[in-house]
Amino acid sequence: MRKIAVVISILWLLPLAAFASGSEMKLDRAPIDSSDKLSLQRGAQVFVNYCMTCHSAEYMRYNRLRDLGLTENQIKDNLIFTGQKVGELMTVSMKKKEAKQWFGVAPPDLSVIARSRGPDWLYTYLRKFYRDESTATGWNNLLFDKVAMPHVLYELQGEQAVAVSMVDDGHGGKHELKELKLDKPGALSKLEYDKYVADLVNFLVYLGEPAATKRVQVGIIVMLFLFFMLGLTYALKREYWKDIH
Amino acid sequence: MSKRLESMLEWVDARFPLTSTWKYHLAEYYAPKNFNFWYYFGSLAMLVLVNQLLTGIFLTMNYKPDASMAFASVEYIMRDVDFGWLIRYMHSTGASMFFVVVYLHMFRGMMYGSYRKPRELLWLIGMGIFFVLMMLAFTGYILPWGQMSYWGAQVIVSMVGAIPLIGQTLSNWILGDFMLSDAALNRFFAYHVVTLPVLLITLVFVHIVALHEVGSNNPDGIEIKKNKDPVTHIPVDGIPFHPYYTVKDIFGVVGFLIVFCGIIFFMPEMGGYFLEYNNFIPANTLQTPDHIAPVWYFTPYYSMLRAVTVNFFWVDAKIWGIILMGGSVAIFALLPWLDRSPVKSIRYKGPYFKTALTLFVISVLILGWLGTKSPTPLYTLLAQIFTVIYFAFFILMPWYSKIDKTKPEPTRVTE
Repeated sequence: MRKIAVVISILWLLPLAAFASGSEMKLDRAPIDSSDKLSLQRGAQVFVNYCMTCHSAEYMRYNRLRDLGLTENQIKDNLIFTGQKVGELMTVSMKKKEAKQWFGVAPPDLSVIARSRGPDWLYTYLRKFYRDESTATGWNNLLFDKVAMPHVLYELQGEQAVAVSMVDDGHGGKHELKELKLDKPGALSKLEYDKYVADLVNFLVYLGEPAATKRVQVGIIVMLFLFFMLGLTYALKREYWKDIH
Repeated sequence: MSKRLESMLEWVDARFPLTSTWKYHLAEYYAPKNFNFWYYFGSLAMLVLVNQLLTGIFLTMNYKPDASMAFASVEYIMRDVDFGWLIRYMHSTGASMFFVVVYLHMFRGMMYGSYRKPRELLWLIGMGIFFVLMMLAFTGYILPWGQMSYWGAQVIVSMVGAIPLIGQTLSNWILGDFMLSDAALNRFFAYHVVTLPVLLITLVFVHIVALHEVGSNNPDGIEIKKNKDPVTHIPVDGIPFHPYYTVKDIFGVVGFLIVFCGIIFFMPEMGGYFLEYNNFIPANTLQTPDHIAPVWYFTPYYSMLRAVTVNFFWVDAKIWGIILMGGSVAIFALLPWLDRSPVKSIRYKGPYFKTALTLFVISVLILGWLGTKSPTPLYTLLAQIFTVIYFAFFILMPWYSKIDKTKPEPTRVTE
């Protein structure tokens, strides 16, 4: 029952702690387009090559990726590295318990990560890793301080370092400003890397709700039908109500 | 009608009141002819109820009320069940729209004095429906077993535990465990799909029976039954519900569906208000989220719960919060006896009532907005001020409604 007491006390203490938690960093807008099938395919490739080393997408089946314009054979040959069948769920073999020992926290499943975090957060997060010798992995993140995840894409982005400067906040005081600069360049230029991450984020958004495209398509037909019905039912109502008053 | 059908109908009517029921409730139920926009929401509430029942059945076929499988089963519905995403969004959007429609339906009643004699019991039954609806929303929101499902429920359940003396025992008895867990999920599932829907349907049926006994109010707040045709005994300002209001309500249904489907197909999360972003994170019993916010329809009450920050007398602040929150809902039931105005409708009420109702609506909206925010000292102060205004609307009503300067009611309904 201590837990419940804790919850209650947190609720009543919240006035004091307001805005103390959560970084207020401005997010970069993710330049994504859900209708760009090639971008989605590239994103899927990044996802299975890098993310799925640790993260699962265990609510998603491989063969659903046909949505991206791929055939089952293409999926089997290019996206499945685990020997699984094409109708199986996108799981990883890493055990949650072991992962927790290694990283301090089990890597979360990414099936619906875009729905909880939002594309802009993911796009910013994946581009804000920097070298930090004080952490266990040697990496830190400007958006997610002390994140347990190392910078998996560092060979592509290169290594960034943080530069802290004091800037005038316009009210007479000073506050810390953290900026990242590229120390060691990676295999991709900044522009190429941003595009690479955008493809991945585009895929993660698709992964969050694979039915989204169909939803909008069906929606347009439904709305057209309803507007037609609106006119029809209004005419019916007028016809019946002619003799009232 | 063909002879054959007619004789069949006669056969049924000799054994079951089919024709007379049809006449009593539809073809010869005389409703005032001056219903306006606000009178759509009763039939729309019925529509949403049917929507919830039907989509709910299909969700039940694929959902697993098991703490380790619930979240995954919802995603299974979203991905692997044919049109599962549509069924799920219809149900989740329907839950929010149920409250939109019911709140507007209640507001209609408050504007036109629909709770006044002889409709007090009708109003009380409606309050019962409102209460069951809130229980349904609460138990339903737990089922996806996301972070907000879990921690939102934790806040509510911990209120039971805060009741002096018996709280802890009661909480354990309700949850079937010492904390919110699989056992509770199973129970809440049972309440959500069996107990509460049965109660709701029963109450809606009784609500309509009571309505058709006393007759509908109207925007003028006058009784059409006082002015009947001397020969036919039909109210001169009444028109048969069928076909006039059936065709009008069908038009209303289509208008509503445009909004409803607009949300389902183009913005099912409604910016995080209908489906909260944090509820796409599976429930983690060890990690309290930074910010626990209920779904929008509960936020005004949540604000009032948090508004009390000091202990009054010997009673703890949080107990006062719970009392206020319960009171803010329960006090609606007293409306029929709080309103002492000689007229029913806002059209003929004076400036005091109009001001009071406006302030009341503003305070509900602001409390609702505050409930979605993490409290700061300023927000808490605002919540306290508007909680006072909220309750003042009810508590001072016997006084201001009595001394208010009213206009005379017309004898016949107006346009």
